[in-house]
Amino acid sequence: MTIVVVMEQVPDVVEELAIAPSGTDLDRDAVSYVLNEYDDHALEEALLLAEASGDEVVAVGIDTTGELDQTLYTALAKGARRAIKLTGDFEGTWLSTRAAARLLVPVIQELGPRLVLTGVQAPDDLDGQLAPTLAALLGWPHASVVIGSELVDGVVQVRKELWGGITMTLELELPAVLGVQAARQAPRYVPISRVRQVMREASIETREVEAPDGLVPAVTTLRVPEQAGRAEILTGSPAEIADRIIELLRARGLL
Amino acid sequence: MDPSLKKVAEVWERETAIVEGMDISGPWNRMFGQRVIWDYSPDLIEEIAQLPGAESFAWCYQCGKCVPVCPVDVVGDYGPRKLYRRAQTGINLLDSPDLWLCTTCANCLRVCPKLVDMVQIMPAAREHAMLTGRAIPAELQEALENTAIYGNPLGQPARKREAWVKDAGVPVPILHQIQRPVEWLWWVECYPSYHPRGIDASIALARIFNALGLDFAILGREEKCAGDSQRLAGERGLFEMLAEENIRTLAKYEFRHIVVTDPHALNAFRKHYPKLGGQYDVWHYTTLLARELPKLQPLLTKSLPYRVTFHDPCYLGRHNGEYDAPRQLIQALPGVEFVEMLRCRENSYCCGGGGGGMWLDSFAAGHQRRRLSEERVLEAVSTGADTLVVCCPYEVSRFEDAAKSTGVEGRLRVRDIAELLAEAMGLIGEDAA
Amino acid sequence: MTQRIAVLVEHLEGQPTDVTFELLGLARRIANTDGASVQAYLFGERVGHLAESLPADSVTVVEHSALHHLAPEPTARVLAALLPADLPRLLLVPNTSLGMDVAAWVAAALEWPLVAYCQALEHRGSRLVATAQLFGGKILADVTLDERPTVIAALAGAFAADAVNPGAPGKIERRDAPAELAALRTRSVVLERPEAADVDITRAEKIVAVGRGIESKDNLELAEQVAQALGAVLAASRPLVDAGWLPRSRQVGKSGLKVKPKLYFALGISGAPEHLEGMKDAELIIAVNKDPKAPIFGVADYGAVADLFEVSEALLERLEG
Ligand SMILES: Cc1cc2nc3c(=O)[nH]c(=O)nc-3n(C[C@H](O)[C@H](O)[C@H](O)COP(=O)(O)OP(=O)(O)OC[C@H]3O[C@@H](n4cnc5c(N)ncnc54)[C@H](O)[C@@H]3O)c2cc1C
Ligand code: SF4
Ligand code: SF4
Repeated sequence: MTIVVVMEQVPDVVEELAIAPSGTDLDRDAVSYVLNEYDDHALEEALLLAEASGDEVVAVGIDTTGELDQTLYTALAKGARRAIKLTGDFEGTWLSTRAAARLLVPVIQELGPRLVLTGVQAPDDLDGQLAPTLAALLGWPHASVVIGSELVDGVVQVRKELWGGITMTLELELPAVLGVQAARQAPRYVPISRVRQVMREASIETREVEAPDGLVPAVTTLRVPEQAGRAEILTGSPAEIADRIIELLRARGLL
Repeated sequence: MDPSLKKVAEVWERETAIVEGMDISGPWNRMFGQRVIWDYSPDLIEEIAQLPGAESFAWCYQCGKCVPVCPVDVVGDYGPRKLYRRAQTGINLLDSPDLWLCTTCANCLRVCPKLVDMVQIMPAAREHAMLTGRAIPAELQEALENTAIYGNPLGQPARKREAWVKDAGVPVPILHQIQRPVEWLWWVECYPSYHPRGIDASIALARIFNALGLDFAILGREEKCAGDSQRLAGERGLFEMLAEENIRTLAKYEFRHIVVTDPHALNAFRKHYPKLGGQYDVWHYTTLLARELPKLQPLLTKSLPYRVTFHDPCYLGRHNGEYDAPRQLIQALPGVEFVEMLRCRENSYCCGGGGGGMWLDSFAAGHQRRRLSEERVLEAVSTGADTLVVCCPYEVSRFEDAAKSTGVEGRLRVRDIAELLAEAMGLIGEDAA
Repeated sequence: MTQRIAVLVEHLEGQPTDVTFELLGLARRIANTDGASVQAYLFGERVGHLAESLPADSVTVVEHSALHHLAPEPTARVLAALLPADLPRLLLVPNTSLGMDVAAWVAAALEWPLVAYCQALEHRGSRLVATAQLFGGKILADVTLDERPTVIAALAGAFAADAVNPGAPGKIERRDAPAELAALRTRSVVLERPEAADVDITRAEKIVAVGRGIESKDNLELAEQVAQALGAVLAASRPLVDAGWLPRSRQVGKSGLKVKPKLYFALGISGAPEHLEGMKDAELIIAVNKDPKAPIFGVADYGAVADLFEVSEALLERLEG
């Protein structure tokens, strides 16, 4: 049986980000792309599930950057059996979550997996997270903020993190969709020499797809928040400093 | 055939033997028989020795010479002899923390009669561990992932690699901007580009180069980590990827020589880039500055009232044979009194940062009484020196941190040679660092 | 019919969460300007009694055992069943673990627009503009809403809870559980509280971190008290862990753990690059250090050049006294 992992490349927020002259997107020429960190956890969780159950992991991605191959080859090197890349007239665009889900649904239906895993969120999913969106379109049960899962007797048991360490354990009938926050263990390391070997020996299946409606998120303008800059120095006696600290925390609902 | 070389064909063990009236009966004469010792399975030794590069692991004959010179044994329980012995007793190196503790300092190789070479064994064994899906320490994994994504182990944006230049106060030409041939291509490397204390040394060196009128330029954002320590940590594939990219970048520009800040880069360019098609004339900056001493000496006008000692970086000294240049530079500093540590030159101690140790800090500390860097700063202090001079970019941060954690920070400052030279030239203030 | 601004009430173990009141406050401000009313959707197992405590004009209550912990599928299905008939102007859902599953599901199922990670929502002229925090907080996106009903997934802590209570409790309207709840594919749902044993500093919302400025192991108790008073967990720079004063699991930094809490309160930490690597992404950093040149002030939002012991004691007096 099959477990699908959806993997996405996103602008690297470690780099400085600039806004394009249009004002509605990043300056894509200046952006560097990295794998969405949560998708890496989704892959790890899928591999762990598959190792226990004998399922086959298929990595699927939409290539909006022209650079998705590296990500998919790495997934193959880590243990995915197949990698499928969707390409089309959307390179360099900011794909909305809704559009991404519409592109993915037919592929997922064709693969007929018992689980779809993807990262809990991405730095650019303005119109909502992918996992619940996919679940809505597929009509499958789902949970996200997942921090652990197990396949038992035709259901998947998932641990979903709420807050303050409280977790919710759910049992979902299959097929189901999971948005992974953290795999049970840190994503494994695969040496580059293995990735390079896979690049020589394995191949990525490429499918040309039509750009769907609502391709990009509806943004009026992007802007950079005002920089706080360096620390604002609190002055006065220790008592006055303590008062200010408490005030600051109260104002932010931290006390 | 020399009869003494003839094999004993048959041995009788007599029940009694009386020689010149003396009864010497006993099992003594069994020593002439051939014995095969099957006490220990050689399998785990073979598993390592069959890896390309790791053959010499099996050559050890347990003489023990390597143990007292191993810097890790000084603060722990280590050395090739012990690793071999542990493999005999059933401990698989591939699954043991021992796999990550060797800094590839090469001090054992210097004394080993059998040429057991940890500098080759370790990367081969580590790569094998990774390829067979064994977990690697998280700190190291992050450094490797960062290097693959950003081209530096710190995970800093590639574009910021040249950001330090604007604080240099002197021109630091960048090749993609100037588009002209230069005499010296300065390979700055990662820590000197990004780490605050590394940047201090880079600025000092930039000012010295300018004062000497050297025709130089850097690659800036196009430079990626030379990758030597990643290779030694077991990531040969990552090393090759970086080397191929760096070689392509270097091919775009015209220059005569490369000067490197980092001895690890020196090692990579000298010994490993040529195999991948990158042939360069590479110098460590101390070698270059020592050659320029006639020009440099008159510029060293300020007297520095310091008592200094010097730490030989493993990858400059033992690995690449440069012991004298740094010493010539130190001795040229007016006012400076130079004292050697007991462990110096060929027998120098190791800072602990090599071979991936830079990214195994907490991991290693969990298996050692104290860090190698801490052992070393205490040795430096014991000479009565007030300044520990270094010339490898891993070391300023490591030793400054170690001086803090051993409580000698008030007594020992850590300075790059470039910083001291620049200070004596009046190019930086005393507390610029 | 007046327009309605709807809010999904989030609750945990019988208590509405803080963000619920923040969203009701936001709904009230929007409703006041638009002449609209505030409608709360209260789903759960036996939660009807909470309706009276909610500052809303009307509270729509659906009770069913499957809604006990507001698990994603049942909650989303009930909303998707009610919304097409109710047609509120806006549906405000918290962008929390519980809320984000519901917001994106409902919006996709009904093909309504959705703005997630919303940190501000205000009128600009006759239009409503939602502002979302994207790209790790480095970019803000303004989205001008059109006339369609829209789902807003709003960040917790971004909006004030100062709703003017309408005085009398709102109209309470009970609805039957929709038929969809009979065919759920989500089975048992259980909540678990963390075991008190080991603290995971990467999950903590508030961290008090101490460095060598604390001087001795005995003084850790003071820091522990500050942490407790603030509801935070205690973490440290590496030297303290090396000294064995705290376990490795409390070390922040390059060779320790990376943390992103809502509050990082650093006492006597200089801010070495190896330490900063582990905490610079915290949402709010407050540092106390007696050295005005300490690099920690380069990443802190607020800094105090002061003695950590004096500040700690002053804090304790106020928080405990
Ligand atoms: C490879 C490597 C990995 C490392 N990994 C880590 C890591 O993961 N995490 C980590 O933390 N470090 C790490 N370090 C160590 C790091 O370099 C620093 O040495 C360490 O972070 C310093 O800790 P500190 O700030 O507590 O101590 P110090 O740098 O000594 O700072 C103490 C501070 O306390 C202030 N102070 C003193 N008394 C008071 C008082 N009464 N009131 C207010 N302020 C006071 C001082 O002004 C000073 O700024 C690593 C180092 C290396 C080389
Ligand atoms: S010096 Fe060489 S031969 Fe002797 S014990 Fe060490 S590794 Fe073995
Ligand atoms: S290379 Fe250095 S650290 Fe490694 S075993 Fe030999 S002496 Fe020890």
